[in-house]
Amino acid sequence: MTTDVHTWIGPYPFRDVPHPDPEILVRVLEREGVQSAWVGHLPSAFWRDPSTGNDALFRALERWPDVLRPLPCIRPDWPEWERSLRAIADRHVAAVRAYPSQWGFGPQERAMLDLAVACGEMRLVLVLTTRFEDARQRHWMDSAGDLSGAAIRSIVRASQHVHVLVCAAGRALIEEVHWGLTPAERARIWWDISWLWGPPEDDLAHLLRTCGADRFVYGSAWPLRLTQTPRANLALLPDDVATATLASAEEIAKAAQLAVQR
Amino acid sequence: MIARLTNEPLGGREPLIEVHAHFLHARCGRKDWRERNASRLRAGERMGITVHIASILGTWGRTSPVYFPSPDDVSLGNDEMLALQEQEGDRVRSYVTVNPNDGEHALAEIERCLARGAVGIKLAASRRADDPLLDPIATEAAHRRVPILQHVWQHRRRDWPGQEASDGVELARLAARHPDASFILAHIGGGGDWQHTLPAIAGVPNVYVDLSGSGVDRGMLDRTVAAVGASRMLWGSDLTMETGLAKLWALDVIGLPAEDISAIRWGNAARIFPAGSFPGIATRVAAERQAPVRAS
Repeated sequence: MTTDVHTWIGPYPFRDVPHPDPEILVRVLEREGVQSAWVGHLPSAFWRDPSTGNDALFRALERWPDVLRPLPCIRPDWPEWERSLRAIADRHVAAVRAYPSQWGFGPQERAMLDLAVACGEMRLVLVLTTRFEDARQRHWMDSAGDLSGAAIRSIVRASQHVHVLVCAAGRALIEEVHWGLTPAERARIWWDISWLWGPPEDDLAHLLRTCGADRFVYGSAWPLRLTQTPRANLALLPDDVATATLASAEEIAKAAQLAVQR
Repeated sequence: MIARLTNEPLGGREPLIEVHAHFLHARCGRKDWRERNASRLRAGERMGITVHIASILGTWGRTSPVYFPSPDDVSLGNDEMLALQEQEGDRVRSYVTVNPNDGEHALAEIERCLARGAVGIKLAASRRADDPLLDPIATEAAHRRVPILQHVWQHRRRDWPGQEASDGVELARLAARHPDASFILAHIGGGGDWQHTLPAIAGVPNVYVDLSGSGVDRGMLDRTVAAVGASRMLWGSDLTMETGLAKLWALDVIGLPAEDISAIRWGNAARIFPAGSFPGIATRVAAERQAPVRAS
């Protein structure tokens, strides 16, 4: 079973994105042979208070509980965020999203580390987004930089229970973080493959060989990017890694679930 | 994980011309140059690319800047590209790369390399596309009926280090001055704001859009079709072949008729490059036309 861990619904503030709707996502997943998706609410990344976005996300996805899994957003410098997180955990979500770059957080922001600790205790995967668009094409009002390696490392180190999935990272960021963590720490972080280059540079193949396929998971960045891209990337892998098995969303969620028990 | 299930070409069996490729060489400063070249050709085989039309920009920065190559490096890169073309037969074709700041050298390189089998001209980012220095090169391209592939930064709002990049507006000015030449606007997905480019070139019929680049924004293909039509679109991948394959697959689901997809895959390129540039395709197309129709 393949789950696309990197999808959203809702409009993007800086350009028109065609049909960012859940019913379209369901059709696209079926066409791509993908059985389910972890879905965020795209506008929430840019709103001051994401709580109404979370409500909209739950409502929008409720018709497809077996296919579309909501990933609500928690902003940890907002009053009563702990209560919001507990309420979300009670709805049995697998993960929550956070956007420290869009909120202007520094790499060791206390609030972000507190969220990481809380997610670990509540057995929720914490999902981060490196970028929404290529830096070369960003709108002049989109001043948030890419998520930094320092920020990711500090979040992973915040608690031995925190489990992190980072979307849209490139090879340099992944290597900086992976080799900048202990083996125990790097066992608690995964990366989606939506922003990794295939041939001729073969960044994806290189990372599967060096970091291990079990650190990577299927993700597309729909509706911003073509859903065909990760499938194309896997189809073009060199023979020595062509049969490598990526991690699954279910394995990541299970690891987070088991963490506190260990 | 979604596995590879078939040995069929991933991009389908119909001819496929890649109009924007690059290769490396021994003097470009990368020890893995053979591996990268082999990777491109291997991926091309798997995808079903019939012809890679490629360029080499000097020494890729080792002895002069990538986008401002010295005359010696320009010639070296072109020699390496032509050697690869000779080595690989029908599956590789060459652009002759030139730096317009060395105008006499540029024209001499065009003559020398076209005589050796190059099929187009590559202008990178050595001089703004609307600069009069480019006029003799465009005139020569029209005279020799070869297209110019112009490196483009979509909506260049400032100068970027290491290149004197151009955008769609600037290329459109050059193309308007040379209506008998064909210009390929490089990598609509290669960085910058592609939405700005489309209206800039829509009314300039001798500008073609190459679909390459790492950008795979949803809506890019649909809006390019709407702006310039399938008859002015060319398929390519540049430095990220997986995004090229993804766009190729996406062409199949955005509602284009089969003849438009064929035009983007190879028909438009066959029309704007010199006659006889792609003998492998001529042979394949002839064979397919003669093949008996099988009952379904």
